[in-house]
Amino acid sequence: MTKQVQQIDRVIIRFAGDSGDGMQLTGDRFTQETASFGNDLSTLPNFPAEIRAPAGTLPGVSSFQLHFADHDIMTPGDAPNVLVAMNPAALKANIEDVPNGAMIIVNTDEFTKRNLNKVGYATSPLEDGSLAEFKVSAVPLTSMTIKALEEFDISKKDAERAKNMFALGMLSWMYNRPTEGTLGFLKDKFAKKPEIMAANIAAFQAGWNFGETTEDFAVSYEIKPATLPSGTYRNITGNLAISYGLIAGSELSGLPLFLGSYPITPASDILHELSKHKRFGVRTFQAEDEIAGVGAALGAAFGGALGVTTTSGPGMVLKAETIGLAVTTELPLVVIDVQRAGPSTGMPTKTEQADLLMAMFGRNGESPLPILAPRSPADCFDIAIEATRIATQYRTPVVVLSDGYLANGSEPWRIPGVAELPDLSVDFATEANGEDGKFLPYLRDQETLARPWAVPGTTGLEHRIGGIEKSDGSGDISYSPANHDLMVRSRQGKIDGIARDIAPLEVDDPSGDADVLVLGWGGTYGSIGAGVRRIRRAGGKVAQAHLRHLSPFPENLGEVLRSYERVLVPEINMGQLALLLRGRFLVDVISYTKVRGLPFKAEELAGVIQEVIDGAE
Amino acid sequence: MPSDNDFSPAEGSGGLELVPRSDASYKMKDFKSDQEVRWCPGCGDYAILAAFQGFLPQLGVPRENIVIISGIGCSSRFPYYLSTYGMHSIHGRAPAIATGLAASRPDLSVWVITGDGDGLSIGGNHLIHALRRNVNINVLLFNNRIYGLTKGQYSPTSESGKVTKSSPMGSLDSPFNPVSLALGAEASFVARTIDSDRKHLTSVLRAAADHKGASFVEVYQNCPIFNDDAFAPLKDSDEREMRLLRLEHGEPLRFGNGKGVVRGEYGELTVADTAEIGEDQLVRHDAHRADPGYAFALSRLDYPAFEHVPVGIFRSVEQPSYDERMNQQVAHAAAEQGDGDLGALLASGDTWTVG
Repeated sequence: MTKQVQQIDRVIIRFAGDSGDGMQLTGDRFTQETASFGNDLSTLPNFPAEIRAPAGTLPGVSSFQLHFADHDIMTPGDAPNVLVAMNPAALKANIEDVPNGAMIIVNTDEFTKRNLNKVGYATSPLEDGSLAEFKVSAVPLTSMTIKALEEFDISKKDAERAKNMFALGMLSWMYNRPTEGTLGFLKDKFAKKPEIMAANIAAFQAGWNFGETTEDFAVSYEIKPATLPSGTYRNITGNLAISYGLIAGSELSGLPLFLGSYPITPASDILHELSKHKRFGVRTFQAEDEIAGVGAALGAAFGGALGVTTTSGPGMVLKAETIGLAVTTELPLVVIDVQRAGPSTGMPTKTEQADLLMAMFGRNGESPLPILAPRSPADCFDIAIEATRIATQYRTPVVVLSDGYLANGSEPWRIPGVAELPDLSVDFATEANGEDGKFLPYLRDQETLARPWAVPGTTGLEHRIGGIEKSDGSGDISYSPANHDLMVRSRQGKIDGIARDIAPLEVDDPSGDADVLVLGWGGTYGSIGAGVRRIRRAGGKVAQAHLRHLSPFPENLGEVLRSYERVLVPEINMGQLALLLRGRFLVDVISYTKVRGLPFKAEELAGVIQEVIDGAE
Repeated sequence: MPSDNDFSPAEGSGGLELVPRSDASYKMKDFKSDQEVRWCPGCGDYAILAAFQGFLPQLGVPRENIVIISGIGCSSRFPYYLSTYGMHSIHGRAPAIATGLAASRPDLSVWVITGDGDGLSIGGNHLIHALRRNVNINVLLFNNRIYGLTKGQYSPTSESGKVTKSSPMGSLDSPFNPVSLALGAEASFVARTIDSDRKHLTSVLRAAADHKGASFVEVYQNCPIFNDDAFAPLKDSDEREMRLLRLEHGEPLRFGNGKGVVRGEYGELTVADTAEIGEDQLVRHDAHRADPGYAFALSRLDYPAFEHVPVGIFRSVEQPSYDERMNQQVAHAAAEQGDGDLGALLASGDTWTVG
């Protein structure tokens, strides 16, 4: 039977199942296949904090959404066109997001009375007509997988476990994905278990063949590769991009990378990744706690390393005191905060951007520091390099505010050539800078206000630094009122001065006469951009700008804010940037906030933008 | 049989193995900074500082390769008074900061100066982890059994029932024995000395510096303002010899008054009259035992009262240090996989080309 191939320009697929069903792996493999095919894509993994919630329950549902297209896209998509539900819990947890007319593929083997009862279905939704508005494909995934693997010498449990590969094979057929990558992946992953390897490959192929032969699926789909700027690409998550950016920062600055870290969701993958790259001279230290992680990084920085610590909100709180010490000792330090929903433990695997004010003000005394925020998974690479540049050049801790969505989400990344990357070489102090051969550790550079960085082992520059207030120039302990005032202002002046050394805020305003500006920061860039596109496609006028530097702000920010009639600031917090903008620029920005642990939806933002536009007219 | 003063581990010393040697013939004054020392008159810290400044020239290490890191408290002002590199950091965190420095810079001799409050209360966690990892640092814990800088509250080593500003009816806490704690963390070098005995203090410092990995030295230090004479019985010339047990590797555990240490029924150590039990029944001190159990039993002799107080090196065993193993992994990775190539790293994984 020859099946029809239908051309479409984009699709959103959500894989959903129990935590033990391997949905993250399935989604990740499908993403890699899609990336290597050349589509533009964006992903949203969404999983519980519990490692294995009770099987078949709603809290145990794990999902992975992938949006891919033949054109440039900005978000993982609002609502799935295809939902793959591996059990009743997955169906129930996700059905609200699925629009009428969408396709739902269910694993019928799991729709037993017991599993239905577990999630409160009185009758099976497959039989009671409640899914009438959807195109439902009922596939006995588990039993077909077990049947396909009958000949393998593996346990029934292992055979059953391969059902995610059956599902992946089926979807790979449906969207004409290249399969070499997944086959290679399975060969590597199960290199030491040949029987399991063969079974998984067989399950994947059985899924593909089922798609090709079943009458359930009348069509397959083709989505042409996207026309992206020329170059070599790979798919990358935010956490991987930060890891690579830090290694690049180390190589470009010539400083060995020292990571002091304590495991915490969703930042741990940076620790895992960096620990693999010791050949680059990377030293990773898994400390006894968050405080020791940042302390060791600061100690390494004192010794001339690129000191880095990685964490999430609850860890940032603990590191505050040491970051304050880094502010006053004026040592370079890169602090990566992969934000998650708070307060306290909050929702460890869910995203939020509510640590901005903590990064800005969460230390005792006047302790200013630069804050950067990547706007997309791939941008995490550039931000890590920029953080290295500012930290080492200005001798200051720098906070990078990533978030759970950027950390685990992925997109294609045009791999830069090493020659395109900036030179970050560092000048350590080698000679005395005072009278009579004295070394003055707090004698500042006239231009940057940075102090000299003299590392132990340098003859003649022995000096002591610490948390007690230091005398300008000599660095000796000082309690002088005038000196303290001077030092507070000097530290502030140094950070403020970085504004002269960063790019001005760019505004995307194609018509040039929009009344409304949407200003965001960090991980909301994609959602805001997609919302803005919808307005423009409908003939509306709106400008968009996105902050990557939050401290100091770009020099032209005030001017930009004042040149629009209304400024809308969407944030996944209670209006933290809005508060800063109002305080700093006396501009009454319109704050739009939502804190659901998920990214904004493009449609929702388009609605909000439209309301502001209507109000402005 | 090792000589009487053989403090070094069986395989020879290694704490300064990777630290450059100095040609300069330093004098004590070379290690004095230009800062005015600001401890209270009569503070035991003066004696420790003088001993330390006097001992550093012996090390033969360039001044610029010595780093002193401290936390917060009276003792933690130490770095300001030495003309080496130094950092006066934050309360309790010096072992963590020193860990990062020592792990990334094996060419430095790194010293942590802490006190009973800084090291055992707020920083207790960092201390035990630095010790168990065997980071190549030397921790000097000045124990005056009181909070001095905050003006006289009870500390984690204050005796139970102690009346202080914050415990007018007596402290409810049980005190830590710092040596027991360090041995519980399986520190590879553990010693105790006294501020007033400069010769002993110097010999212990020397052994600590030479030891590869974490060295922990408890220094009994008198606070004349808030806890004066806390160690008076150990300094009184009449009482001293009855109470002090001077540990010397290979020698019987013997007090100055005819008493000695024997093994009890359960492996614990107890004090007995040598004349009654016979000299050959005395336990011979072995600082190099791999199992810290013996050294721990020794540390319990002085608990809870200061009746029998061992001083000297409880334990000194040769083990790889944390930084040594960390740097071996780095070297091994480069040898196995070649030096890192940034371009190749960025372009690793599944890639595709456009245009």
